[in-house]
Amino acid sequence: MSAAGSVLVIGGASDIGRAIARVYAEAGRPVVLAARNASRLQTDATDIQLRGGVPVTLLDLDILDSSTFPAFLDAVGDLPGTVISVVGLLGDQAQSSIDPAIAETVMRTNYIGPALLLGEIANRMERRGSGTIIGISSVAGDRGRASNYIYGSAKAGFTAFLSGLRNRLATKGVHVVTIKPGFVDTQMTKGMKLPPLLTASPLEVANAVAASEQRRRDIVYVRPIWRVVMGVIGAVPEKIFKTRMKS
Amino acid sequence: MRISGWGRFPQIDCDVMSMRDRQDALDAVRSQPSLITRGNGRSYGDAALNATSVLSTLKSDRILAFDTTTGTIRCEAGLILSDLLDFAVPRGFFPPVTPGTRFVTLGGMIASDVHGKNHHAAGTFGRHVESLNLLTADGIVHLCSRTENADLLRATCGGMGLTGTILDATFRLLPIETAAIRQEVAIAADIVETMALCESSANWTYTVAWIDCLARGARLGRSVIFKGEHASRDEVGDASLAVPRRRTKRVPVDFPGFALNKWSVRAFNELYYRRSKPGVSFPDYETFFYPLDAIHDWNRIYGGAGFTQYQCVVPVADSAVAIRRILQSVSEAGLGSFLAVLKLFGRGDDGLLSFPMEGYTLTLDFPANSRTFNLLLRLDAILAEYGGRLYLAKDVRGSADMMRRGYPNLDAFRAIREIHDPMHKMASLQSERLGI
Repeated sequence: MSAAGSVLVIGGASDIGRAIARVYAEAGRPVVLAARNASRLQTDATDIQLRGGVPVTLLDLDILDSSTFPAFLDAVGDLPGTVISVVGLLGDQAQSSIDPAIAETVMRTNYIGPALLLGEIANRMERRGSGTIIGISSVAGDRGRASNYIYGSAKAGFTAFLSGLRNRLATKGVHVVTIKPGFVDTQMTKGMKLPPLLTASPLEVANAVAASEQRRRDIVYVRPIWRVVMGVIGAVPEKIFKTRMKS
Repeated sequence: MRISGWGRFPQIDCDVMSMRDRQDALDAVRSQPSLITRGNGRSYGDAALNATSVLSTLKSDRILAFDTTTGTIRCEAGLILSDLLDFAVPRGFFPPVTPGTRFVTLGGMIASDVHGKNHHAAGTFGRHVESLNLLTADGIVHLCSRTENADLLRATCGGMGLTGTILDATFRLLPIETAAIRQEVAIAADIVETMALCESSANWTYTVAWIDCLARGARLGRSVIFKGEHASRDEVGDASLAVPRRRTKRVPVDFPGFALNKWSVRAFNELYYRRSKPGVSFPDYETFFYPLDAIHDWNRIYGGAGFTQYQCVVPVADSAVAIRRILQSVSEAGLGSFLAVLKLFGRGDDGLLSFPMEGYTLTLDFPANSRTFNLLLRLDAILAEYGGRLYLAKDVRGSADMMRRGYPNLDAFRAIREIHDPMHKMASLQSERLGI
């Protein structure tokens, strides 16, 4: 795997981002962690560096400010072999549905920011003729639900973006992967009651990410059971879904 | 969230808070009226349970510093021993002390002041801790070492989390040449032979005896004795620092309550005893130290009601009589234990509530039911006669009286806890039950 060069993790402060960085570092890949106030991740950088014996770089990135993206990419330097976006903000659905500013932050964090940044990276990878882009999207984007549709709609947009990007770059040497983790035991889901069978650990997601790159998978449900669950949920007619399955 | 110790008895519903860094720990300690820090939940009983909330360290598992020449390492409390092994072994190092499972956290190892098969030579894990950072209930972080806050260090090693939350610790790893163990197996026909072999094996780094606790009469205390040394490169060849490939099996469902009975356990013990052959071999360290870890969720073989592990130590002077009487009681009750392990400890350690003392420690597993608890009360009485004590990391049902008699430094421990946590904010179901 080390032949594939360094890996850039966008959203490196998250539990999943940290786990991904560890897994890639242990496979010998140098890591760049991008996050807001990246300096707070110094202990993570040390940990990843010690475990992997590879260089780890911290870079500041505000995913909500697309005007900073060119400067950010300059700071990254050589275009990494693999770029992984772990950015995500669940937000509070009740607040998101009454306060447009909050809804906008959720939409911009989950869709506009990552899509614009990955879009620019994709263009550069296309020029180079190689690279892997991995986006952590969500099963919440597979069908809008009353309980999380602001988040879900942004993830749906991101899923569609990744899908289009994959099809555009399929013949250009650039591989695009969409990861749909399902429930993950992280800061984002803290305090929620999650069904154990459907809930993955951050390490499980990280291993699925690394495997998806090696096996050149396109769309990955981290726990295969989610493909079944979402298949069933997707098959329920809207007429029934809207009254019987409000959760 | 519903949680329990490894014995799955008792189970309680409480808030599980999580700490990723020092600030999270501080927020939890400030916001909660009562809590106990919890690692990977491998203590057997109620030591890492609190009716209000527990603070999980599992997300604080960073390696903060490592010196490749001396083997000195600094890690956060939530680091799991298995991950530490994955890091250390390929670099030619090994934990100075390891318990019988690699699924414990560093913080748990310190709070329980765990021992291993090398206790007679190396002492407890706490003996190897150079320093640690401890967050006490008053929100202060104390750097504790032999020279700074030494009292707090002595109270924290073995202190079951009651002095505060261990944030990180520095200790020295042991250099090794290979990942293999040179193992020598010996067979002992009765308890006298078993103890004689334990005593004559003191020059080995690792020793432990597996006892057939259902054998009676002349065979009482018959055992298989395992002795081990880290194998040298000359013995097993080069390129041998790889972490062994793990072929783990799962126990997919709870066994029904009747699966483990007098006959099935007797058959297992008989088979195990007969299959063991004396001689030398070179298993990898996982096979030698963590045989049960190869079966995930092995605690389910005791069924949904859970089980308990009874581990006691008796002072060396009367141990021949005391261990014989305990084994007789177990054998007579017909409540055989799958796992029965005997080990000769070396001198006791610095921790005020450390378990080991110079003498024999016996470990037994039983399903959690009234017959077991009645038997354990009889064992407690024998233990008390000889000045023995119970291991808090395993205990789920001991009494405050046993605690007071077994741990002569309890008052010194209480005095230190009083300074930093007079309201006893850091408390567990166990500390309340035992009146610590």
